[in-house]
Amino acid sequence: MTLTKRIIACLDVAAGRVVKGVQFVDIVDAGDPAELAHRHAMAGTDEIVLLDITATHEGRGTLIDTVKRTAKQLFIPFTVGGGIRTIEDAAAIFDAGADKVSINSAAIARPELIDEIGRRFGAQAVIVAIDVRRAKSSHDPIADAEVFVSGGRKPAGRKALEWAKEAESRGAGEILLTSMDADGTKAGFDCELTARVSEAVQIPVIASGGAGTARHFAEVLLQGKADAALAASIFHFGIANVRALKEEIAKQGVPVRLPC
Amino acid sequence: MIAVIDYKAGNLTSVMKALDAVGADAVATSDPSVVLQADKLVLPGVGHFSATSFLEEHGLKEAIEIRVRDGFPFLGICVGLQWLFEGSTEAPGTAGLKAFSGCCERFPEGMKVPHVGWNSIEVSESRLLGGISSGDFVYFTHSYRAPVVHGTVAVTEYESPFTAAVERGNIMGVQFHPEKSGAVGLRILENFVGLS
Repeated sequence: MTLTKRIIACLDVAAGRVVKGVQFVDIVDAGDPAELAHRHAMAGTDEIVLLDITATHEGRGTLIDTVKRTAKQLFIPFTVGGGIRTIEDAAAIFDAGADKVSINSAAIARPELIDEIGRRFGAQAVIVAIDVRRAKSSHDPIADAEVFVSGGRKPAGRKALEWAKEAESRGAGEILLTSMDADGTKAGFDCELTARVSEAVQIPVIASGGAGTARHFAEVLLQGKADAALAASIFHFGIANVRALKEEIAKQGVPVRLPC
Repeated sequence: MIAVIDYKAGNLTSVMKALDAVGADAVATSDPSVVLQADKLVLPGVGHFSATSFLEEHGLKEAIEIRVRDGFPFLGICVGLQWLFEGSTEAPGTAGLKAFSGCCERFPEGMKVPHVGWNSIEVSESRLLGGISSGDFVYFTHSYRAPVVHGTVAVTEYESPFTAAVERGNIMGVQFHPEKSGAVGLRILENFVGLS
């Protein structure tokens, strides 16, 4: 009996449609988040994250509807993020059927939001998402790594390690750490950054950014000390191959949920 | 009718949805008179042990005790399982139902807490866990754990063994979230719903 490492599929959603990932010829409607989430769950993905990448005020109604439809037939953990600024926003997402919310820019702007959601819904329901860029000119690029907000466009004026520790002390249940340097490269997760953050806190860390091969997942879950790895480009393995991905990393020594 | 007891801690949506998926007639309620009419009780719970003080303050604990004494099946989930014990170091002033001996304690320092994710269970003879095998995976998310006691029907390990499920007669509890544990979890809820 060992706690297994989680493979998390991320659905980037805009106006109710999944906007990233490759084509799936065998799916009736490749852009429908509810259908994709369900297929992922059946294929053995451990958890689903749905990120509203537009996160506009006007889009809230559409998002709530999407969350409701997605949650309806989903019986694995389900996180929703993007544009959650208040406890009321979070409550509406939970009411729609999400188990956790992921907060990012709003937590930087007003850190008390972490405490508030944690107190009302439990620490397990709050994920603090941190987008990080290494401080390339520093003698310790990770100790000085900076947090970015607004979809990575604006520096937050906070250092990643210190912000992760504050999020933990305020009652976050997990950290979703995205390396902006690695994101989109498919060249592997930033294992060194992930390991440093994971060692700095006692809550689980989900690694994100850079997934390209099964080896990358194994590396970040072992050397990178991540508790879970998230990818939108897990899609590039094909939904049906989540199991193959897990079998591959199991061979490399990662405890995973198999059969799944 | 199954009464899903709402004690204003976290949200009940996931549990209601999963019960619905296995064909149960479930209502969420904070009303002791509804509890007294229900033929099964579910006490879900995500959040702090102190939230269970709501049960005593609103006459729900008494209603549960009556129903349980009369032999109606009861299922506690997560904090709902922990409440079946004597108490928890998370809220020393709040007493549990004391159906099982021992107290819930936080995972030791040096472990990642909460214990979040899919872990496997080692099961023994149980009506609730009928059809579930040792090695099956379920989803956990909790920072406090219940001791292994007489009545433990499933054990999980995280640093050391703890109770994943208890069962004695009509009183049952699971530390994990069956509503979030895929097909295995739905099977467990189906077993509960099918109890007579």
